[in-house]
Amino acid sequence: MRAYLVQRLLLMIPTLLGISLITFLIIQLAPGNPAELKIRQAIEAGSMSAQDSQAIIEQTKQLYGLDKPIHIRYLIWLKRMATLDFGNSYKDHRPVTEKILERVPVSLQLSLISIFLVYLFAVPVGVFAAVKQRSFSDRIVTLILFVLYSLPNFWTAMMLILLFGGGQFLNWFPVYGLNSEGADRLPIAAWLFDRGWHLVLPVFCLTYEGLAYISRQQRAGMLEVIRQDYIRTARAKGLSEKTVIFKHALRNSIIPIVTLMASLFPAILGGSVIVESIFSIPGMGKLGFDSILARDYPTIMGIAVISAFLTLIGILVADLAYTLVDPRITFSGKGRR
Amino acid sequence: MRSDVKLGPDPLLSKPGRSYWGLVWRQFRQDRLALAALIGVLLLFLVAIFAPLLANDKPIYLRMQGRSYFPIFKNYHRFFETDFKALADSLAAPDLALFPPVPYSPTEYDLTQALKPPNQYHWLGTDDRGRDILARMIYGARVSLSVGFVAVSIYVLIGVILGSLAGYYGGVPDVFISRAIEVMICFPTFFLIITIVAFLPPSIYNIMAAIGITGWTGVARLTRGEFLKLRSREFVEATRALGASDLRAIFRHLLPNALAPVLVVATFGVADAILIESSLSFLGFGVPPPTPSWGDILSQSRSYVDFAWWLTTFPGAAIFLTITMYNLVGEGFRDAVDPRLKQDR
Repeated sequence: MRAYLVQRLLLMIPTLLGISLITFLIIQLAPGNPAELKIRQAIEAGSMSAQDSQAIIEQTKQLYGLDKPIHIRYLIWLKRMATLDFGNSYKDHRPVTEKILERVPVSLQLSLISIFLVYLFAVPVGVFAAVKQRSFSDRIVTLILFVLYSLPNFWTAMMLILLFGGGQFLNWFPVYGLNSEGADRLPIAAWLFDRGWHLVLPVFCLTYEGLAYISRQQRAGMLEVIRQDYIRTARAKGLSEKTVIFKHALRNSIIPIVTLMASLFPAILGGSVIVESIFSIPGMGKLGFDSILARDYPTIMGIAVISAFLTLIGILVADLAYTLVDPRITFSGKGRR
Repeated sequence: MRSDVKLGPDPLLSKPGRSYWGLVWRQFRQDRLALAALIGVLLLFLVAIFAPLLANDKPIYLRMQGRSYFPIFKNYHRFFETDFKALADSLAAPDLALFPPVPYSPTEYDLTQALKPPNQYHWLGTDDRGRDILARMIYGARVSLSVGFVAVSIYVLIGVILGSLAGYYGGVPDVFISRAIEVMICFPTFFLIITIVAFLPPSIYNIMAAIGITGWTGVARLTRGEFLKLRSREFVEATRALGASDLRAIFRHLLPNALAPVLVVATFGVADAILIESSLSFLGFGVPPPTPSWGDILSQSRSYVDFAWWLTTFPGAAIFLTITMYNLVGEGFRDAVDPRLKQDR
């Protein structure tokens, strides 16, 4: 186990280098360098003359290392990435890491709730559809899952706001932020209720696509398992259908579904850009969107790198979970990857 | 091995007129839903291609003082900056003006008609500048379909090339390419795409490129896997033994056998690319105005979401239906290519 873990951690190094390289290339893509951008802002604000600006451009270039050749700049970027130091935000001059870290809990809260809900519903739905394969209810479920899978989440969000957000139609759910105003003064139970009430629509928007995807996978996996010989054996020795399905088939079909969690995670983080901006939720997605609007490069890069880190960790955890739940997989790691 | 279905001296295959793709088509046709979706997609392409004939503020045909004009097809000096609708109202009996079914151009605005719900003139209502939603949606199909098609072509190309290199040569190229795939998978793709699009000047080509260079991982993995499966097969060895070059082996012998699953993935990819394009437009990073796109109409609706249900419902439904149709075609195609999977359905 330890050898496998070490091997996996070592394999992360080239991936991390790749992540740093891509983010570095994107920074190079940005029009105008940060030095000129700052100066332009200052000139527009009328606080600087043209002669002064040249000197300051040089100074800022030095500060950001822009006067150095490109490979040195990359090494500097690498060093800053390793220490999670992404500089200060152009917008409010606060350290980027600090800005992101205060948003992480919100995004994590959203994505963990939706991943939990995805699995809570997807596994039973998939098993149900598989057990009743080709029946009328299976067809209905499959159709609904297919529709959910194709439904663009920003449209769903807009339709939900239109229908339930207190316009012309119903006023059932709040559509702005995470809590009502003045919620801090509420007792804890009321506060939680208020928070939950605010989360209903955004969490729904983040959840249903993953739910549809995982349910379909669960159904396919279950169908695969039901046809195996050991299931026939279990039935032949007279076990009840319930025992066969839940004790024998379900356990085996659920294993590959666990690894899919790793692919859900970046999808939900990415989806949160849209959902968080629509519902004005102060998470990483909203921060990313606002930073892109403000051309706040340090923050954008910080978010890209930290999300990539989180995803990488997610993949690792999912793989480890896979090896833990499936005793057939050995830790020697030969042949895997 | 799945590819047994399509390879080898299968008697069905050697029959004249039963090519592999002929078989796939025969299988595909049996899935009625997928077939209907395919027809829907083709109709949508027709709508996009003939958009100027479907929605236009100029008449298709105009007869005036005994002469015929086709103002959509040709610019006449005589009608330079003419308001055809006013002209049409002033025409008398033998003269006539024949307008397209939607007699509005996507950019023609009329502030007196702003934010009208669907009515007999504007079938799907108007936006905040009084532009006709249906006209804008018809032209919006052009953006969605072309972005979907071009972006996916770009990434299929990248993915197939990298995947075949990795799968065919193995060893060092494989290590590098597999790492590159893993790196790309770690990024939240959508965030990466908005970042790239935001950094570049707004244009439809940059959107296509951004989706193209971030989306290739799936195709690359698949091609690599297929190549790994195929490269030790006898027909590939025979190719090598006959002295064919690597390029010939890859493009003439391996790739055609790996192509079907790649094309299935590409079909689903088009649905995804359309979704990404409309999300970008929705967030304001899409095709620059005044070009209409579905996501753009939907983003206007954000300011009027408390009452303007038509601004939210129709463009969103267009996006949803298009994505659904592509996904249905993809599913039908996948089952036709690999009938073994069909039993699972």
